[in-house]
Amino acid sequence: MSARDQHGPGAPWGDKTPGTLENKAFQVVGKPHRKVDGLAKATGAAVYTDDIVLPGMLHAKTLRSPHAHALVKRVDASKALALPGVHAVITGQDMPIKYGVIPWTPDENALALDKVRFIGDEVAAVAAIDEDTANAALKLIDVEYEVLHAYFDPHEALVRHDPPIHEDPKTKRGNISKHVHLAFGDVDAAAQSAALVIEDDYSFHGTTHTPIEPHCAIGQYSADGVLTVWSSTQITHYVHRALARVLELQPAKIRVIQPCLGGAFGGKSDPFSLEFCVAKLAMVTRRPVKMLWTREEVFYAHRGRHPMQLHYRTSASKDGRVSGVDAKILIDGGSYSSFGLVTTYYAGQLLTGPYDFPSYRFDSTRVFTNKPPCGPKRGHGSVQPRFAFEVQLDQIAERLGLDPIEIRRKNFQGENTKTVNGQRITSNGFAQCLNEVERASDWKARRGKLPHGRGLGVAGSMYISGTNYPVYPNKMPQAGVQLKVDRSGLVTVFTGGNDIGQGSNSVVCYIVAEELGIPVDCVRVVAADTDLCPVDLGAYSSRVTFMVGNATIDAARKLRRLVVTAVAEHWNVAEQRVRMIEGVVVDLEDVTKSLPYVEAFHLAEEKFDTLGSTGSYNTPTLGGDYRGGTIGASPAYSFTAHVVEVDVDEETGRIRIEKVWIAHDCGRALNPMLVAGQMEGSAYMGAAEALMEEHDINRFGLHRGPSLLDYRIPTSVDTPELAALIVESLDPEGPYGAKEAGEGPLHPVLPAISNAVFDAVGVRLKHLPFTPARVLAELRAANSTETQAVSAHRGRN
Amino acid sequence: MRPLSLRINQDTVETAAPAHWTLLEVLRYKLLLTGSKQGCDKGDCGACTVLVDGKPILSCLTLAATVEKREITTIEGLMPLHVKCGGEGPDPVQAAFDRCGALQCGFCQPGMMLSARALLNANPCPTRAEIREALSGNLCRCTGYTQIFEAVELAVAESIGVAPAPRSWEAQRMSADEAQKQAKLAAQKLAEARSREQRP
Repeated sequence: MSARDQHGPGAPWGDKTPGTLENKAFQVVGKPHRKVDGLAKATGAAVYTDDIVLPGMLHAKTLRSPHAHALVKRVDASKALALPGVHAVITGQDMPIKYGVIPWTPDENALALDKVRFIGDEVAAVAAIDEDTANAALKLIDVEYEVLHAYFDPHEALVRHDPPIHEDPKTKRGNISKHVHLAFGDVDAAAQSAALVIEDDYSFHGTTHTPIEPHCAIGQYSADGVLTVWSSTQITHYVHRALARVLELQPAKIRVIQPCLGGAFGGKSDPFSLEFCVAKLAMVTRRPVKMLWTREEVFYAHRGRHPMQLHYRTSASKDGRVSGVDAKILIDGGSYSSFGLVTTYYAGQLLTGPYDFPSYRFDSTRVFTNKPPCGPKRGHGSVQPRFAFEVQLDQIAERLGLDPIEIRRKNFQGENTKTVNGQRITSNGFAQCLNEVERASDWKARRGKLPHGRGLGVAGSMYISGTNYPVYPNKMPQAGVQLKVDRSGLVTVFTGGNDIGQGSNSVVCYIVAEELGIPVDCVRVVAADTDLCPVDLGAYSSRVTFMVGNATIDAARKLRRLVVTAVAEHWNVAEQRVRMIEGVVVDLEDVTKSLPYVEAFHLAEEKFDTLGSTGSYNTPTLGGDYRGGTIGASPAYSFTAHVVEVDVDEETGRIRIEKVWIAHDCGRALNPMLVAGQMEGSAYMGAAEALMEEHDINRFGLHRGPSLLDYRIPTSVDTPELAALIVESLDPEGPYGAKEAGEGPLHPVLPAISNAVFDAVGVRLKHLPFTPARVLAELRAANSTETQAVSAHRGRN
Repeated sequence: MRPLSLRINQDTVETAAPAHWTLLEVLRYKLLLTGSKQGCDKGDCGACTVLVDGKPILSCLTLAATVEKREITTIEGLMPLHVKCGGEGPDPVQAAFDRCGALQCGFCQPGMMLSARALLNANPCPTRAEIREALSGNLCRCTGYTQIFEAVELAVAESIGVAPAPRSWEAQRMSADEAQKQAKLAAQKLAEARSREQRP
């Protein structure tokens, strides 16, 4: 069943037509309510995984490979086991079954079985009385390696595959992890007939998430054979499935709980080695076992944004209409598949908005290298291609003498349309986003007119609100929610959704309070516990507000129906006359009839038995009719435009961002304060990827600086001024019209910086990151070309 | 094991820990004061910040034995201290962080709020630049810091009885004049309060 059919973007009691921004019918939605867990977090009461201490708990540590590519010939743990305080040592042989978050590419082992594929790959794990003892035991484990040729250059991995990083006798793909080639329309014809063709190379360097909370997991195995794992994961359901597979346990004998989570950004989406290790060690020792990774281990666990080398050819008419886009992308995947199959598709599939172009071709190849595995990071797969394309679009505007905002308006695809690759577009507020950033930045008066060294740049983007491609094929709902009513008037919501700081538990509360007309603080949420909550596919692909939100509306409306029916019968009036609002139930036509909502709950319980309801959401059938056509197909897309103002110091090459104006179409802002927080956090993260951060693996396979000091995430003084401008397009299928806000607003900032630098000093930055050295080199190159041009000109005279 | 006599959140706590244990280890693993967080264990992130004699320090770089007899305040101590001093509920800094959406994942925020508390104790009406400077030892990965600045500014604005400058998304829903007026008034009141503070 699909909950999307049951409600539109209007308020629950308001008119059924889409409301306006100031929809007075809403009681809770649209207001900057505080988060439900805000005070718990503010007072230090919130419990994160590492805050949990169980009686008799052991501490575990991991032995990691010092080689980037090697066979594991022998592991001897006898000396480690003999160390007093050591309770168990496990190796690959204890968990030989492979897993992977994408069921088609299971290529990981919790601990290396016969081979290690990057420096930091897990080889053995020790459980001991404390961390110091576990660390001492790691040094006593004797491992014999046979070192193999290691690949660090994706171009080499593309052509050479002896030795292969993954033996795969079935596919014989060498070191190629995934290759996708899709073509729509005739790009070559478009290029031949175009007034202007721009062809260029761009690159993205690789960055990582760095949540402030390091990964942590605790395993407990009860006497009656129930395994409980507490983990700092953003997808409890997939951890549940992976544990059952690898440990060969009945899924019903496993419980996975996500405690309060200290940031994720995609970096806690995969099942990780530590979750299997604490589970296995708990089963072996029959004691609870905790493992907390160090910051260095988090850097090596990685799963961050893929380095990409991007070649784009865009064709345009004289008036700036794009007629074709042709892309060739080489993706450096690191050592394992992770979400790589999806990444390889997303690199092409998510470029086909907010602009309309009649022909498109992309060829993307992900290769394995002996580096920490890449995976999904905020704006999965599409940040890098977006950078290349938006810079190229600016190059076209420059050549045609068009205003960069104007060329984006000209190519805007509009609402209720279909993209060239067959994706359905419903609501689309991109044009309004452009208007907002143009107005707020005073673009017309300032762009191209600021003093040398200062500039403004613009870029746009789109992103998915979840996808209709569940990671494993099934026809069950993507999101499920259960409501339980207590006689005290408390409504408890059970959701498998993972609150990773984005505030999904709060959104669920707001929706229930809105639907039942009860105070927000009379709703409590129990989330992300597989024993207690219905399945939800987790916090990724920006799916939570859209899908869990819709499932919550579904459940709340079913519950409301029971209450309204009971009260209508009690008053002997028609159900349409009964409304739940502001904590009471009233008769719309007789003001003398009114009940506190708690009494209405009691009436409903008397009539219908123990009170509760369930709700669910599943996507409609979406996507193009071709292999891979459902990957990137979303029930709704969000749209963003940024304008960035930069100041470039031509002597040092340093770029300073003065301000970022972020306009984002989130459908409807269920809580504008939380939406703004997502927009600002996204823009901050993207700006840092452009200017400061680099996940750099050197020629030995070592991370250049695996610490929060060397991997330079911005401090409060590095972060530019950020202005969040919310655009609400009221999506026909989103919960009250809402779409995503957590990932889309990251994309445009990187190309907008490059475009602003062009406005400031006239050089095109096409390769990330924009370090001072790179900026200086570009400035010098531009100067020497200019000098040559001037002397050539003089020579002619 | 070394016996330790610590003054934590106004209590004298007698405990013992290995001599090489940091204050953070003692707080988290001996005393179960887990509000202080470990993000890097080497002084880079600031999540472990606590106040010692009112000044923010990194508890992951401080040996527990070196802060005996000093007044230590952790995030758990902020609300009880505020209540003891006659306030109601959480410290104004905690309340402002809650009301401004500054707590996304919340992991860095105990340290952040203690740094903010120390700032406001020393400088009750800081400018945005002073707030940025005072919080620069506390890394946040979620918020882009904006809502954190707004939270500190809300706490300041409330202490001097003025509405803070409208946030960008609030100004979007007001007339330009109205937004400008509110921002101007907030700036003016802050300047007045600052000059009062600076006068002896």
